[in-house]
Amino acid sequence: MTMLEALELVIDIPGRKGGSPLSLQIEPGQRWGVLGPNGAGKTTLLHTLAGLRTPRAGQVLLDGVPLSELRRRQVARQLAVVFQERQDSFPATVMESVLIGRHPFLSPWQRQSAGDLALAQAALASLSLTSLQDRLVNTLSGGERQRVSIATALCQQPAILLADEPTNHLDLHHQVLAMQLLQQQAESGAGVFMCLHDLNLAARWCDHILLMYPDGALCHGPVETMLVPEALERLYDQKLVVTEVNGRAFFIPQ
Amino acid sequence: MPDSSYRYVFSLSLLMVASLLALLLAVAVGSVPVSLAELWALFSGRGLPLHQELVFGLRAPRALAAFATGGLLSLAGALMQVLLRNPLADPYVLGISGGAAVGALLSMLLGLGTAMVSGSAFTGAFISTLLVFGLAQGQGSWTPTRLLLTGVVVAAGWGALITFMLTLGSAQQLPGMLYWLMGDLSYARSPWLAWLVLILALLLTLPLGRSLNVLARGPLQAAALGVAVKPLAWCVYGLASLLTAAAVTTAGSIGFVGLIVPHMLRLVLGNDQRMILPASVLAGGALLTVADTVARTIIAPQQLPVGVITALIGVPVFLFLLYRSR
Repeated sequence: MTMLEALELVIDIPGRKGGSPLSLQIEPGQRWGVLGPNGAGKTTLLHTLAGLRTPRAGQVLLDGVPLSELRRRQVARQLAVVFQERQDSFPATVMESVLIGRHPFLSPWQRQSAGDLALAQAALASLSLTSLQDRLVNTLSGGERQRVSIATALCQQPAILLADEPTNHLDLHHQVLAMQLLQQQAESGAGVFMCLHDLNLAARWCDHILLMYPDGALCHGPVETMLVPEALERLYDQKLVVTEVNGRAFFIPQ
Repeated sequence: MPDSSYRYVFSLSLLMVASLLALLLAVAVGSVPVSLAELWALFSGRGLPLHQELVFGLRAPRALAAFATGGLLSLAGALMQVLLRNPLADPYVLGISGGAAVGALLSMLLGLGTAMVSGSAFTGAFISTLLVFGLAQGQGSWTPTRLLLTGVVVAAGWGALITFMLTLGSAQQLPGMLYWLMGDLSYARSPWLAWLVLILALLLTLPLGRSLNVLARGPLQAAALGVAVKPLAWCVYGLASLLTAAAVTTAGSIGFVGLIVPHMLRLVLGNDQRMILPASVLAGGALLTVADTVARTIIAPQQLPVGVITALIGVPVFLFLLYRSR
């Protein structure tokens, strides 16, 4: 079982001095949600945890080994990232895009096997993209492209899945579908870590929460202890109304 | 993938046949036409001595040089476009041909021989590559935009030097200088350097195809998928520079091939670099071979610079494909 660990980690945000160190462990089966206002450093933290940015201090360990000592290919076999931004100046088809998730597992001369193709097809089917598989990604809608990104990460079969706002651009049905898929990943042993903007999604689908304040302060813990109205109002500088539907708390901005 | 493997083999076989036909055309057509039957006789060791000299002594080396140059330029263009993630990139965009041209014109001005012209063209290309490489690194981080801007500005500097040298050239030197600048294969005596570089480069780039597909998604996504982005980018940059240097040394700076051929193939074949890179070599080679055959026969005995023909063939075909594409 693979574990990602931040050790006294201070992320590097240009123009912000200091910042409190973060130590946490993403254990197999856990679903972490990161909440914070714009510019608090959620994306920077996610990229730093993926080893794509150098931290100001501290380190990130994958199964006890610092990411900086691992080759990118070794990291990519364990850890997948769903990015918020996408580039496609030379667009591929949906199928080709998702198949690229197998890249870390193939040697340069190898072509994708039938097994890789089956994994990609399963990932496409799980995000109801099968009928779009021959379309070029630049002809898709924003939500469809977001689903392609998630499918690519699933095709990578990661032990650690880092997702930057996985529900971005998704309609209500596909938001629930995406969160269910991430939950299934966690149930089958993956550690899931996602930046979210929707408090109610975080309350429903995450079991651990990390709050990132704009001044660099951090706190984290199990979801029951973290999602208290006072802390969240301070986090977003916004008054909230809390209601209860079917026994679950819902947060609505006042 | 059985379906796409079939497409891969079919497309490349088709381009291979087209390349062979282009080469056959190039050795058959000219002031003394050689028929297919006569060519067959030549290849099986019989045939007239005149034909032997014409085909093996004159036309074949030039046709092979044209093919290799076209392949080099298209491959360099395809690599540059992926590296810079910019569809307008071509082998010359980073100022490599400008450096080569300054070297070549300088040795023409000094009245040095053909071999020196080639040598100083290669040196100029090499200096330009190092200059852009060093300056683009700068104080901060390396980005495609920064590399592109550095290259474009360095190219503009070379352009000024070229104009300056053209004003210094004597009336006897000017036609040779202009032909070099427009690309000309009539001095391409030995195609072997170009072929050597082409084959080595192809063997190096074929296993990189899938990594380049990943790199086209942007550096962050590529790194997250296990690609060592910086080493790959520098390797591609170095390779594309070497390809361009070999091409301009063989035949001067021939425009349009490196820009248009990879795009034509993308419009027809899609964006898989594993397909586009070898297909670019074949299509670029075939295009330049045909263009050179036209350039030396259309107003014979006068010869046109081949760059004129590549533009005249390439531009309408490209515009048609672009207009028809989705």
